[in-house]
Amino acid sequence: MRRRAALFYPQLALTLVLCAFLIVPVALSIAAGVTVNFQQGLKSGLTLRWVAQVWDLYSETIYLSLQIALTCLAATLVLGVPLAYVLARQRGWLARLIEELLVVPLAVPGLAIALGLLLSYGEFKAFRTSWLFILVGHVLFTLPFMVRAVLAVLMSIDLKTLEEGAASLGASFGRRFFSVVLPNCRSGILAGALMVATLSIGEFNLTWMLHTPLTKTLPVGLADSYASMRLEIGSAYTLVFFVMIVPLLIALQILSRPLRRRARPAAATAEAAS
Amino acid sequence: MGPARRDRARLFLLAVPAFAVFAAFFLLPLAQLVAVAGQGPEGAATYLAVLTNPRYLHSLIATILLSAAVSLATLALCGVAGVFLERNRFFGRPLLVALLTLPLSFPGVVIGFMVIMLAGRQGVIGELTTALFGTRTVFAYSMAGLFVGYLYFSIPRVILTVMAAAEKLDPRLEEAARSLGAPAWRVARDVIVPALMPAFISSGAIAFATAMGAFGTAFTLATNIDVLPMTIYTEFTLNANFATAASLSLVLGAITWIALALARSAAGATVAAAG
Repeated sequence: MRRRAALFYPQLALTLVLCAFLIVPVALSIAAGVTVNFQQGLKSGLTLRWVAQVWDLYSETIYLSLQIALTCLAATLVLGVPLAYVLARQRGWLARLIEELLVVPLAVPGLAIALGLLLSYGEFKAFRTSWLFILVGHVLFTLPFMVRAVLAVLMSIDLKTLEEGAASLGASFGRRFFSVVLPNCRSGILAGALMVATLSIGEFNLTWMLHTPLTKTLPVGLADSYASMRLEIGSAYTLVFFVMIVPLLIALQILSRPLRRRARPAAATAEAAS
Repeated sequence: MGPARRDRARLFLLAVPAFAVFAAFFLLPLAQLVAVAGQGPEGAATYLAVLTNPRYLHSLIATILLSAAVSLATLALCGVAGVFLERNRFFGRPLLVALLTLPLSFPGVVIGFMVIMLAGRQGVIGELTTALFGTRTVFAYSMAGLFVGYLYFSIPRVILTVMAAAEKLDPRLEEAARSLGAPAWRVARDVIVPALMPAFISSGAIAFATAMGAFGTAFTLATNIDVLPMTIYTEFTLNANFATAASLSLVLGAITWIALALARSAAGATVAAAG
């Protein structure tokens, strides 16, 4: 066996402490969500009572979050993929300006954007009180991720040659877009879609300001349960949230592995979110 | 109409929907913030409320100090762990990397709850100190709790950037330094840290900006923690002081935007240096 450097073990210890710092509370909260009495520990027995109670109290928030996440995904696909294509085709100053502008909603805190939305559209009561108001905030916040993910892939392929080839064979614009461009940026669309869904399901900063008592999303419900319910219910609710979001996060991790080196700047902006 | 012009018209049409949504729901609200901030009781002076009102100024300084402290602590911890993980191959390493980056997209509210699990009234740290010293340590519902929460969500972001940068380090430079008799701390200070500096600046600025603007964690822990996002929230919802809330939001937005612009230019420098 190769001898480890003298500093190997102290460094390993620090890394393990960091890892424990991140994972221990996750594990504790999962455990608390299925324990009869967290204060007494696991010996008080395991139960699904808290999860059932969460379902009774908060199932609507879960449905609404899924509804908003899926609609938001559809909206970012319809708006974002064509925009990414335009930005990939036009590399002038205007395209670069739009690209820069598009990232500004990520740099401005969600709270500020929500205030702006409330001050601009607050008086349109029907809009203000519907779930569409929350959807608008989510689309704004997730659109840059879709555009950047698709744009990164489009920039890495020879779009021009592909399109010219198809055009020379007589393919119309619509045909080229749907059967040449879109299939070629599949991986970017998938990465963008996972990111959009993950961010929308977890979005709180904007949503808290935009929601009404009748339009509560999952994270809004979480904040409510943390503040007013016993620890076990908050934990069970968090467990439900993890079950929804962790598969998305793992899929993102797997998907981003080969992309990581290529799309560094995009990833750096992506990490600025939440 | 020629084919080139038709092509341009088509591209324009494809970009219109996204741009319309962006203009209506981002540019207009932003302009509205600027307009409302100028209509405060003190008129245009409301823009400077953050500097002229001691309470807001205090809140701004506290937020900046907290965010800076979190960024520096995260950089120090992730600098060591990131270089370590990139340099060494051992059993369980991929799992460690996966676990360290898993909380990347946890929302602020959930991170607040994680802090409560660690340092809250029923938290594990309290249990440990009760067993060891007979007194229960609880610090979740304060600035210290917020520090822990921001550390929690900065670690996954920073460690990814540090690992990517450490991958590009040239081990020969360190060997040269070592063969010239430099002790480990000098190698770290004079070779590794300077080479990682662009990654530190870029990920540190991202951590700083995120901590400045974060709202969910503070909201979960305690609504009376004196940080700027909480101040804005209180002014808006409890005091209905729209002008001040708008002006403070603009200040907050400007600070995070500048920090992120810095991050992006530093990231650009890394790319250029590696290229």
